[in-house]
Amino acid sequence: MEPHGIWIYAITGRVSAAGLGQLRGVGGGPVRAIAAGELTAVVGDVGLAEFGEQALRRNLEDLAWLEATARAHHQVIGALAELGPLVPIRLATVYSSDGGVAAMLADRDADFRAVLSRIRGRQEWGVKAYAAGRPGPQDAPVGAAAPASREAGAGAAYLQRRRGQLTAQKDARRRMLADAETIHAALCEQAADARLHPPQAPQLTGTKALMVLNAAYLVDDERGAEFGARVEALADRHPGVRLELTGPWPPYSFAASEESEGVGERALRIEARDAV
Amino acid sequence: MPSEVEPAVMSGPVRRRGPRAEPTVPAERIALVDLLDRVLAGGVVVAGEVTLSIADVDMVTVSLRALVTSVSALAESGAELPGVHR
Repeated sequence: MEPHGIWIYAITGRVSAAGLGQLRGVGGGPVRAIAAGELTAVVGDVGLAEFGEQALRRNLEDLAWLEATARAHHQVIGALAELGPLVPIRLATVYSSDGGVAAMLADRDADFRAVLSRIRGRQEWGVKAYAAGRPGPQDAPVGAAAPASREAGAGAAYLQRRRGQLTAQKDARRRMLADAETIHAALCEQAADARLHPPQAPQLTGTKALMVLNAAYLVDDERGAEFGARVEALADRHPGVRLELTGPWPPYSFAASEESEGVGERALRIEARDAV
Repeated sequence: MPSEVEPAVMSGPVRRRGPRAEPTVPAERIALVDLLDRVLAGGVVVAGEVTLSIADVDMVTVSLRALVTSVSALAESGAELPGVHR
């Protein structure tokens, strides 16, 4: 038999084998449960030729492979999330034996149970904010409006115009960041917890618009509709940014225990990244 | 842009939806970039035995490199890609 490893999808409470049913995971194989104490790791067997360390390093660079694997991982986690609270495990975590998984479960029992109780009855929603509309001053190329001039003052006028443009851009950016902070603060009020992801690169979002917020919120199940309505209201109130809501997601962004991650809002660091 | 990275988002005026109306986003409609934010940067990190040193790799960087490379390759081939500055 080909050497195989144990791919972990998620940690959850007790699950019945029937609950795992017909689920298929990465590589198309079935999923199964490894129990230890009150916890269960939902896992699948994967061939090390494809999912061993060296192979993973190579395959993670292959977009088609990465996408198929990410979707397969997510599909199992999404289906499990229907059954009860779970702690998603980061993509590409592979053990060499069931015993190793059981030992890890026992070792981190308290951590996992703390996370499970924190996310019980809650879902993750994603909210992204983009700069809306046209970045006015950028539209006019520098010097476009200037008549060709032989005068000595042309250089100074150019610099003045350029300064004006840069100031206007900076002001617009500052306003959008302020909007993002206001929106984030308002949504935090509706959420049990929040996480900020780095803004996504324009090459990846397929839009040129500057992303000024990429956040995840942990929201009580019964307040999901209210949260969506709040996002809608905030979108109306802040026409300078365009909001996108995704979800509900399994609580990927809230899987780390409070001790290891440091809970709560991280400072908005968008400006620093963006200023480069 | 390629259909597999079509965002599963409600943009513009945000559509209202009940929390359990559609329990999880249908897997095939999720934008890859949003999914990678979660499966690569989210999820709990446990020290895998086989992938012990993979944990040291900046997974997000890996994925972004894969994505950007792929997007560039598409752009090279002349595909219409909004948002790609060349």
